[in-house]
Amino acid sequence: MKLWDKFLFTDLIQGLLTTFRQQNPKDVVTEQYPAQRPAIAERYRGAPRLNVDAETNETLCIGCNLCALACPENLIVVGTVRNAETKKKELTTFTYDTSRCMFCGLCEDACPVDALELTQDFELASYTREGAVWDRQTLEEGPKPTKYDF
Amino acid sequence: MAEATFLDSNELVINMGPQHPSTHGVLRVILKLDGEKVMGTDCVIGYLHRGVEKIGENRTYTQFAPYVDRMDYIAAVSNGLGYCLAVEKLLNAEAPPRAQVTRVILTELNRIASHLIWLGTHALDIGAITPLFYTLREREEILNIFEEYCGARLTTHAFRIGGLQYNLYDKFTEDVTSFCDRFSPRVDEYEALLTNNRIWVSRLRDVGVLSAADCKQYGVTGPVLRAAGVKWDIRKALPYSGYENYDFEVPVGTNADTYDRYLVRMEEMRQSVRIIRQAVANIPDGPILGKVPKVLKPPVGEVYVSIEAPKGELGYYIVSDGSTQPYRLRVRPPSFINLQALDKMVRGNLIADCVAIIGTIDIVLGEVDR
Repeated sequence: MKLWDKFLFTDLIQGLLTTFRQQNPKDVVTEQYPAQRPAIAERYRGAPRLNVDAETNETLCIGCNLCALACPENLIVVGTVRNAETKKKELTTFTYDTSRCMFCGLCEDACPVDALELTQDFELASYTREGAVWDRQTLEEGPKPTKYDF
Repeated sequence: MAEATFLDSNELVINMGPQHPSTHGVLRVILKLDGEKVMGTDCVIGYLHRGVEKIGENRTYTQFAPYVDRMDYIAAVSNGLGYCLAVEKLLNAEAPPRAQVTRVILTELNRIASHLIWLGTHALDIGAITPLFYTLREREEILNIFEEYCGARLTTHAFRIGGLQYNLYDKFTEDVTSFCDRFSPRVDEYEALLTNNRIWVSRLRDVGVLSAADCKQYGVTGPVLRAAGVKWDIRKALPYSGYENYDFEVPVGTNADTYDRYLVRMEEMRQSVRIIRQAVANIPDGPILGKVPKVLKPPVGEVYVSIEAPKGELGYYIVSDGSTQPYRLRVRPPSFINLQALDKMVRGNLIADCVAIIGTIDIVLGEVDR
């Protein structure tokens, strides 16, 4: 460091100028969650959902068990029963343990009919461990987090 | 400990960590002190051991991909790239050109994100709190691009074996280009805050010197090796994913000290921006997933593939017995091997320098312990 730089504190002044240049009071990035909802990406991998047909309200799941096989944590259990008349598998139960899920999206990739999907819901907190294990009804209707008024 | 004898009454042994903000995770360093001077160190690791390599033996090749993100969680995309390249080599498959270019863009963005975290926390250790806010602000933009691309910010699981799962989103090119435009002047701002700052210089200059010969002896790679003047970058030496098509420099240092490592990493961020600009300018069209079977059964054999992760050489050694699961999966993590040189660098320095040296190696304990 040159002698005049040392006595004129040019290095420190240079740094201070940079700091002051960044202090625009209009640059507010803090999000007032939960009053203000965060912007979530379209492809966000959040809470799982089991899609149903919008008109008939019947599940799209064909009970092929591919999601359960794809899951690295083996947390999906698909229960099916063979219909005696149509000879087709029909979905009876579907459990998904969100407490062990790491939201890798492999189940979503494996699903051949786009029935299982990771959605933009991110509020998955539950008071009990049992609450984190989602049954078919929860998966179809989605999580119901407590809503607060502000 | 060579310098201090066992019966030396002046020797004081203290623990630094495992819960210490400057050890960047759950690292415990046993310091042997003579006054303020460090006479020797012992690293105790394993507090974050999750048995990732063993998990790999019990998962199929596809299923294991999300777990590698959890090793170096600051640079999850690089981890994923290394794993995918290793399995692809085992399968004798290759990702299509569009996937390769996308991979380069995302890994370089991740390199910047990783260096930004390093810069912010390293400066915080030294006592400069301001850079942390700025670096995290820029990292947030990168994480937003990741979120838009693959739906996750940290443990991305962005790549699949044989290519990509997700195609580029509509505004990807705009987002990345505008980030590059804004980021280049920001690097100059960090430099204005730190490079000439007298406190920064006197805390880092000639601290933790590790010569080129020592680096090679310890197997140290990455910016620590390059700061010692060795021009070794796997992107240049053993190009993968089409890195040979991009024009970029490998920055090297001369003094092999902590200050030079800082300069090398700053220059690396600039070079990453340069690579991203070239890659974004011509993203080819075409498929994103190569021809790989749904159930992966690689032929019997073994493979070692290494890539230049932000922290150094990240290697995957996979032994296949022809089944759907690896017979053995070994990871060569850069942080773990770079950390072994800590004792050599710290000896004879002061306790406060120890903090600076742990910061300059840029370790992530998730990767050290696996």
